[in-house]
Amino acid sequence: MSVDQTITAVEAQAPPRHRVRLPLAGMIGAAIVAFWVVVAIIGPYIAPHDVGALVDDGFGPLRWGQPLGSDYLGRDVLSRILVGARYSIGVAAAATFLAILMGGTLGMLAAVSRGLVDMMLSRFFDGLISIPSKMSALIVVAALGSSIPVLIVTIAVIFTPGAFRIWRALAVNVNALDFVEVARARGEGTGYLIREEILPNIAGPVLTDFGLRFVFAVLLLSSLSFLGLGVQPPNADWGSLVRENMNGLAEAAAAVIVPALAIAILTIGVNLLIDNLPGRGSSAGEH
Amino acid sequence: MNLAVLRLVLVRIATAILTLAFVSAAVFAGTEILPGDVAEAVLGQNATPEAIEGLRQALHLDAPAYVRYFLWLGALLSGDPGRSLVNNLPVAGLIASRLPNSLMLAGVTAVVSVPIALTLGILSAIWRGSLFDRVASFLTMSVVAVPEFLIATLCVIIFAVHLHWFPALSYADGIVSLHQFFRVFALPVFTLSCMLIAQMMRMTRAAVIDTLRSSYIEMAVLKGAQPMRVALIHALPNAIGPIANAVALSLSFLLGGVVIVEIIFNYPGLARVLVDAVSVRDMPLVQACVMIFCATYLFLVMLADIAGVLSNPRLRH
Repeated sequence: MSVDQTITAVEAQAPPRHRVRLPLAGMIGAAIVAFWVVVAIIGPYIAPHDVGALVDDGFGPLRWGQPLGSDYLGRDVLSRILVGARYSIGVAAAATFLAILMGGTLGMLAAVSRGLVDMMLSRFFDGLISIPSKMSALIVVAALGSSIPVLIVTIAVIFTPGAFRIWRALAVNVNALDFVEVARARGEGTGYLIREEILPNIAGPVLTDFGLRFVFAVLLLSSLSFLGLGVQPPNADWGSLVRENMNGLAEAAAAVIVPALAIAILTIGVNLLIDNLPGRGSSAGEH
Repeated sequence: MNLAVLRLVLVRIATAILTLAFVSAAVFAGTEILPGDVAEAVLGQNATPEAIEGLRQALHLDAPAYVRYFLWLGALLSGDPGRSLVNNLPVAGLIASRLPNSLMLAGVTAVVSVPIALTLGILSAIWRGSLFDRVASFLTMSVVAVPEFLIATLCVIIFAVHLHWFPALSYADGIVSLHQFFRVFALPVFTLSCMLIAQMMRMTRAAVIDTLRSSYIEMAVLKGAQPMRVALIHALPNAIGPIANAVALSLSFLLGGVVIVEIIFNYPGLARVLVDAVSVRDMPLVQACVMIFCATYLFLVMLADIAGVLSNPRLRH
């Protein structure tokens, strides 16, 4: 419905060459997200020092060679943050992608199949969603230990019920429209209905949902790492960096403040971007 | 309260109990995916086969999973969730010594935050679009969007390191004076309150704005009622249900915050027991703690639902 309206509005008001422009806040958000994605990709190659190398005493001062000082062991903070971006952003993005893949597929399947399949899937995910995300994560980490693949799959499974709900709700709306009925009457299969009729029509809100879920994934991962149950040494994501350097808190060392700030900038950037996407859905605090 | 409402409430309670049963099965299944044998893991590589066999018997490891599930559930419900795998102390005792501390922390936080969050939320809904509202929205969004440990870290830096108002660590044991009590609780409560107020304020604002959009409010505005009067006399009574709902839901977010705050401030509560148990893989303790947290969460969500039902007078006839 809203997709149709947006398209009409764009066609009616904007001249052909003039694309839909993001508001300033949205541009800032997009720039922040783009910046961190680039850092996540090229981080290890532009890091000035080796992440494990001791270059200074513990909590060394900021200076030219180490713009952000050194951490509790004397390792270069800037390099560790640049490399840590890969874990924080990579794991969260992979988990979100997987969650959307599972939740989205099942959600659309439920919406198209209706009846018993829909009811069973919905009840099952309703049950799963009533376990707080931190609790599920703690259970799995307790059972399997913590490694990157376990973290990705765990976070993906935790956010699957939420993705299922949103995708199902969106797909149910589209599914009730006439052109889907026509396709169904034509004898098209479930796969065709999902791929050709439903998916193109819920793409907008779904993008917003991806952003939101990515933020939750980043927060969950860094919280786990902060508790010492996420990314394990010698690797470190931003949450682990904050944890490692908690002793520097009393001196307000850059080693503890900057990684925390990096997480905040990333999550606020994504929020700014998705809040200002054209034709956005709701971004109420739900997990 | 009449029969129809009573039935709706009972349905909510029954749903919550069913969900809790489902959650318990999920928690049990989650802890069962551990590859390998618990008995071997507990006793280590050098254990004799007899010792392992003995522990397998004691833990019913030879029984099928569903039998063990019901044994575990029965034990949990009768208040004896077994013994810790690490130090062999009864889990119930470990939990009983820490749970009151966590409840105290959560309770004090709720008492502090709810009035502040409601006042701010209602005010920013009334003055929506104003400078106050925009600043408040930006601040609450920032707090909601960043990890809990960042808020906690900031609070420590500002109030303990720079201003020296409070000690950075807190211990609930051995509190003698009221002054000491205040100093120990202040920072954890303040930190948790920041998170809770942000969450609750956003939801309250959304609930009141939703009510302010209804047509009877437009009618009141058109007939010339003062904005404050419209908000407080006309809109607020109808927003009580959604607000109560928002309060209960926000309180359930408190659970996640408690975990982080107890770790940062070294507070001897249940969440710290849980995190420690996870890092040494003490399954009986993990299961019991997680069930307590999940049950609390479900209870709060159920309260939110019931508040929604009770505050809707259309359901009473």
